[in-house]
Amino acid sequence: MLGYYATIAASSFRRNKALAALMVLVIGLGIGASMTMITVFHVLASDPLPGRSGKLFVPVIDPRPLDRGQSASAPQQDGSFTWPDAMNLLRAARAGRQAAMAGGAVPLRPTQGGGLPFYETGRYTTADFFAMFDTPFLSGSGWTAQDDAQRAHVVVLGRELSRKLFGETNAVGRTVRLKDADFRVVGVLDTWEPQPQFYAQMDSRIFGRSDQFFLPLQTAMDLKLDFAGRLSCWGDSGDGRTSDQCSWLQFWVQLDNAAKVDAYRAFLTAYWREQQAHGRLPRPVDVQLYGLMDWLAHQHAIPDDLRLQLSLSVGFLLVCMLNVMGLLLATFLRRSGEISVRRALGARRRDIFLQLGVESSVIGFAGGLLGVLVAMLGLWSVRQRPDGYAQLAHMDAGMLLATFTLALAAGALAGLLPAWRACRIAPALQLKTQ
Amino acid sequence: MPHSPLLASLGRHKLTVLLMVMQVALTCAIVCNVAAILGHRVAQLGLPSGVAEDELVMLESINVDASSDPLVRHDTDLAALRQLTGVRSAAAIDALPFNSNNWSNGIALEPKGDMRAVATAFNGTRGELDTLGLRLVAGRDFLPDEYLPVGSTRDWDGINKVPATIVTRALAQQLFPGQDPLGKVIYPGDGPVRIVGVVGHLLRPMLDESAGNEYATVFPMLPDGSSVTYVMRTAPQDRERVLQQAMARLAQLDGNRVLRRPQTFMQLREDYFRRDRTMISLLLAAALGLLLVTAAGIAGLASFWVQQRRRSIGIRRAVGATRRDILRYVQTENFMIVSGGIAIGVVLAYALNVLLMQHYALQRLPVFYLPLGAVALWLLGQLAVLGPARRAASVPPVVATRSG
Repeated sequence: MLGYYATIAASSFRRNKALAALMVLVIGLGIGASMTMITVFHVLASDPLPGRSGKLFVPVIDPRPLDRGQSASAPQQDGSFTWPDAMNLLRAARAGRQAAMAGGAVPLRPTQGGGLPFYETGRYTTADFFAMFDTPFLSGSGWTAQDDAQRAHVVVLGRELSRKLFGETNAVGRTVRLKDADFRVVGVLDTWEPQPQFYAQMDSRIFGRSDQFFLPLQTAMDLKLDFAGRLSCWGDSGDGRTSDQCSWLQFWVQLDNAAKVDAYRAFLTAYWREQQAHGRLPRPVDVQLYGLMDWLAHQHAIPDDLRLQLSLSVGFLLVCMLNVMGLLLATFLRRSGEISVRRALGARRRDIFLQLGVESSVIGFAGGLLGVLVAMLGLWSVRQRPDGYAQLAHMDAGMLLATFTLALAAGALAGLLPAWRACRIAPALQLKTQ
Repeated sequence: MPHSPLLASLGRHKLTVLLMVMQVALTCAIVCNVAAILGHRVAQLGLPSGVAEDELVMLESINVDASSDPLVRHDTDLAALRQLTGVRSAAAIDALPFNSNNWSNGIALEPKGDMRAVATAFNGTRGELDTLGLRLVAGRDFLPDEYLPVGSTRDWDGINKVPATIVTRALAQQLFPGQDPLGKVIYPGDGPVRIVGVVGHLLRPMLDESAGNEYATVFPMLPDGSSVTYVMRTAPQDRERVLQQAMARLAQLDGNRVLRRPQTFMQLREDYFRRDRTMISLLLAAALGLLLVTAAGIAGLASFWVQQRRRSIGIRRAVGATRRDILRYVQTENFMIVSGGIAIGVVLAYALNVLLMQHYALQRLPVFYLPLGAVALWLLGQLAVLGPARRAASVPPVVATRSG
């Protein structure tokens, strides 16, 4: 029966070629636009560290002074830590693993030949970083807590930088000169580029960036290497990196189960209270502990402009569906005569409904095909953008399937109301008016 | 023209008309909001930065050897740069409109007082004002003995000692509304700083409307970090050549440094707004797409109705309606549907605006976008229905005599 309905649908579209083409085009555009943005979102919102992200948390304590009600008082709270707080939590070591970190940038010289120095970005962090994030090592390993304490001149290189400096030979044990200090290479990472770079301070370049070196935070402070990222200060004790009135460090902890999460939260609360007893952290105690994925959502890792584009594309799809709905209704009602004859010949409402439903699904299917093409085109145009996320915008099998499902659903949904209206046509009345 | 048959006819297609009205309403709501966002972005794109935009080139120099004195290094570099042909003046600076290098300070009017505004510090060597092309609207440039180092290795303590500042008019008005700012004292750090001059415009390195795009303080403080930006002012046609020569000259002077991002100010500006331009073209495409789809829907439905009503149109023609009457009839019908859509659309537009304001940093929908959207939709509707209306008008009266 469905095959027969499909044949009827085809012949009905042949009668109104232009209108059918218009409906397919409109559904295709709507599906294509929204699937482009949904795919971009799907890719950007995926887990940067699958398998481990459930155990990683960001503790947030608010170190700022009390708001004095003025228009411009404390800087915005972005979850960054002050040096004293980060060091206190690090020393307390109450989580399974913990690391403090900040972005850095250093000029360095190629080891061979007399090439010009170049600039490289990396991370200053502490020993647990590598084990906590399970970074893949090509050779060697991270450094130890002892190295941290002794401000050792050790460095872990990214694969790309290692190749740039030492070619294909093993870099472990070799020496690199970062700014004006020599560092011993203790490890080389395999390609490790979690997207977004979740552990970094949130900014517009969080996607598409990777670190090419890692060295101990205390060493970087000692050598006064250049830091990257926001440094927010308040109060009047200067703008120092070690001040307890400047926040700039990121802090991550690994907590393996719910009990440990609760215990850590209790510890943070106790810490905050204790600091208050010393006249610090004047704001009311309100400890936050975000899981990795929650943190990314909370920090708006996906740019607001993209969200706006997504809403816009969904709105566009909605208008397209209303459009097709109106056109389908008009075509169906035009065939009132035909429908009432079928009804008079014994077709039940259900049959008419099914027949017209098949018709709108055919439109949806054709629109879906077009929609996939439009979405491919849309994703290609997204990849031409200069943003870091651009290169991630590819369609996978799952999204392809989703596109078709959405198109069919949109077609069927758009046909639902018109079909319902048409199958209520009374058989006798229509015949009489003919 | 009697409207009763028109209303009666529309009444027979209640559901279809309702769908059409809803589509127009939704289009109106979305297009009005899109147009408002578009207008805002385009306005941002055109913001004057206050500097001589098409005469500036810059490059960044990062020193590797920490033992040499940065102040001496900058002076040597600048002396060499000033000798290049075509360079009218040069300065070492840190912040620049659109370069995202934002060092902001809370400004109080008394020691340890409440902050009245947060303003970006622009620091540079002597000649910064001339090089950037900043225009003083009141007061004077800095005196030679007012300059001191920023103190980037001593927690930027220059801010606590600097004696003078030049502020933007916008900041002066925020701090001292209705008063003459010259000679007034502000506290960006621990110590008092006297306002000696006012510039008309200077955009901050990053735009943020809620924070005041032009809240800027220029200090006579010499950059002394390992990274510095050299800005040169030159004739527009010399920019590329000067950049190349500057790169070569600086590398020759001291090879132990990283030279990067040689660019003109226009390139800096273009890079800064690249995302906005993407967004603008997308918004334009979305608005046009919406209008096109709606127009196609209107035209499709109208031509369909005309086809369906050929016989009744023929009868009306036969009993005396002129072509003009039929044309008017179809056009009026469309006008009423679109008007209904606009009426609902205006309400929807505000609802959507409220929703958008909750989720994104958007401002309230300016009222004038509503009549703009309405007129656009009316015109669009009339344009879309013109073809079908013509076809309806050309239906000959003889159709009435045929059956079917």
